[in-house]
Amino acid sequence: MAKPRKTSPRTPSSPQAAKPEIMSGAAVVLRALKDQGVEVVFGYPGGAVLPIYDEIFKQNAIRHILVRHEQAAVHAAEGYARSTGKVGCVLVTSGPGATNAVTGLTDALMDSIPIVCLTGQVATHLIGNDAFQEADTTGITRPCTKHNYLVKDAEKLAEVMHEAFYVARSGRPGPVVVDLPKDIQFADCPYTNAKDQEPKSYRPQVKGDDSAIEKAVELIAKAKRPVFYGGGGLINAGPKASKLFGELVRKTGYPATLTLMGLGAYPASDKQFLGMLGMHGTYEANLAMHDCDVMICIGARFDDRVTGSLAGFSPKSKKIHVDIDPSSINKNVVVDVPIVGDAATVLEQMLAVWKAKSYKPDEKAIASWWRQIDGWRSRKCLAFKPGSKEIKPQQAIQRLFEKTRDMDCYITTEVGQHQMWAAQYFGFDEPNRWMTSGGLGTMGYGFPSAMGVQIAHPDALVVDISGEASFMMNMQELSTMRQYNLPVKAFIINNQWMGMVRQWQELIHGKRYSESYSEALPDFVKLAEAFGGVGLRATKASELDDVIDEMIASPHPVIADILVTKEENCFPMIPSGRAHNEMILSPSDQEQQTITDKGMALV
Amino acid sequence: MISTNQPSARHTIAVLVANEPGVLARVIGLFSGRGYNIESLTVSEVDEVNARSRITIVTSGTPMVIEQIKAQLARLVPIYDVHDLTMEGPHVGREMALVKIRNAGEKRIEALRIADTFRARAIDSTLESFVFELTGDTGKIDAFIDLMISLGEVEVSRTGVVAIARGEHVQMPLVRKAKSTRRKTKKAAED
Repeated sequence: MAKPRKTSPRTPSSPQAAKPEIMSGAAVVLRALKDQGVEVVFGYPGGAVLPIYDEIFKQNAIRHILVRHEQAAVHAAEGYARSTGKVGCVLVTSGPGATNAVTGLTDALMDSIPIVCLTGQVATHLIGNDAFQEADTTGITRPCTKHNYLVKDAEKLAEVMHEAFYVARSGRPGPVVVDLPKDIQFADCPYTNAKDQEPKSYRPQVKGDDSAIEKAVELIAKAKRPVFYGGGGLINAGPKASKLFGELVRKTGYPATLTLMGLGAYPASDKQFLGMLGMHGTYEANLAMHDCDVMICIGARFDDRVTGSLAGFSPKSKKIHVDIDPSSINKNVVVDVPIVGDAATVLEQMLAVWKAKSYKPDEKAIASWWRQIDGWRSRKCLAFKPGSKEIKPQQAIQRLFEKTRDMDCYITTEVGQHQMWAAQYFGFDEPNRWMTSGGLGTMGYGFPSAMGVQIAHPDALVVDISGEASFMMNMQELSTMRQYNLPVKAFIINNQWMGMVRQWQELIHGKRYSESYSEALPDFVKLAEAFGGVGLRATKASELDDVIDEMIASPHPVIADILVTKEENCFPMIPSGRAHNEMILSPSDQEQQTITDKGMALV
Repeated sequence: MISTNQPSARHTIAVLVANEPGVLARVIGLFSGRGYNIESLTVSEVDEVNARSRITIVTSGTPMVIEQIKAQLARLVPIYDVHDLTMEGPHVGREMALVKIRNAGEKRIEALRIADTFRARAIDSTLESFVFELTGDTGKIDAFIDLMISLGEVEVSRTGVVAIARGEHVQMPLVRKAKSTRRKTKKAAED
């Protein structure tokens, strides 16, 4: 087994190269973080990272947030990254520290969130010996990271640290693990600021192919029933991408829909916005997708939640797909004009071509397309009857939205019915305001994620729209909130069910509600108080507004326990295995729609 | 254009990767994790200076799956280059097999005769067995093994396919360290 080489100061090989400073591996780690502009690290100490914690102790440039569980550290870093556009940074120990981080890493991979996760590792000579708190971290995290490194050579530490940040943020962003054996953290390592050095093998294509773009813009200009379909790639490409997307959508006057991950990339309040699409998307968005003749997909990946049955997916359309990741193209749906590139850059190129060729949309056709869409809109698929006594879950979220509309507000969610209702009833007019676990669907994501958002935006209102079951998955972070006085609000849509599980059991499993009841719930008000926060509860409609007001006004962490109608289902819904034009809009539709055997096997 | 209902076909893909720990696991993990086939996989270093290895993978799938495999490979960080030799033009592919056959009498003579037609060489022999060395494309080796099976008890060790594009263009040049730093290699064997 290779021993880490102790390096002694030596003369640089070329006269131009700066003489590297020699410092301990742990100091190199901190220095690299600083040079990468990292302001905050979410972490949890342990034996294998003590030298790094010792360095953290000695400095003030980087703030460390001590979480209560490593999974929460990664979700917090995700919230931080998603709301700022920066790389989120995590520090955990070897063995259980690393394995606890795996869910967060997988979540970040699925949603393309840039994370650098530093994991401690046993000393290099012990690797493979089943040492105490040893786990094959690079082996375990290989399929759940964009890339990972095991640093066995002290000389390469600085380079690996900088490359990790480059890989995490470049191209399609994602999580990167750097596994740091304890002896490397002690070893003398040379430090050079290799911040701008790109690895030779990884150079994602940023600019789109000109001829493909011309072809795409021509197709867009000639469309009669077009629809823009934007996704999380618009958010990842920075606020500029959303701005350019808005510009193109307005210039053309075409309708636009967004995926769950893309919400905020186009203002929800704009009349050209059709709402979210997909399994719980709006009637108008899904039918527009189904009936369109030109689909312009930017930074979305034709996920199964979006497409429904692939056989029935938008059968009549020519499809343009812009994605920075070539492997997203033609993966699920075959497209006519693939364009590999960064969303912002490609949109800029598209707008330039639109202007240069002075294209004009086919106004007559577009007007008639809008008439058809308005017909679908008039179904008012998101309408619900607010309860006079009981609080409807939709009503709770709608009131929260109305009361926070003009505030500097960030929303995170957990996973389930409340997540879909939040996506449907909370309108986002800006990118980076909405943090949710889309790809992996991780219950327990929202609360720690909100913590990361609050760290990044100390003066903003940060609300985790939660369910009572999801909340219990990472509620230990209440203690972190208290420690750092983070006034995160947990807005629990409490229906005493794992609502989405219950809904599927109702629709598919003959109302046999197997293990989906939230039995033995804690008193959330007392729970908040036990952790030094504020607990509030609304049990009837008349109390809702007051509780929301009080929650918003509180300078402390708050749990607002909103007791809602228990058996409410989330509509509209495309049953699994069905196409966009086979939506269930209401409980009465549900009786007629049966789910096929094939659909039952899908999740 | 690619469509969803085209038939499955066999492709030989050459991949230039960083010669670093874990790179093979990344490639294999990609195939198993995404449910792609690996029919054979070979790897060896081709660039000593920049530490790069060439992996030759034989896989099969519909055109859509093959496109996915190539895109998924290309986005791995330590991968420099991906070439679909089957798509890009004529190429030659060969594998080597060591075939041990245990038999006696007439069948033993027949095995030798067939080996001769296939230009397989006997590289080990006992009174009851031969080990044949055979090089060729996959089809030739399959055919040879099929014949051997009917003549006795057979054990096979195959290298998997190595392949290279035809013509003068060098896709992944061999780079060696300066002679003095290289380990002395034995003089080339008789062939």
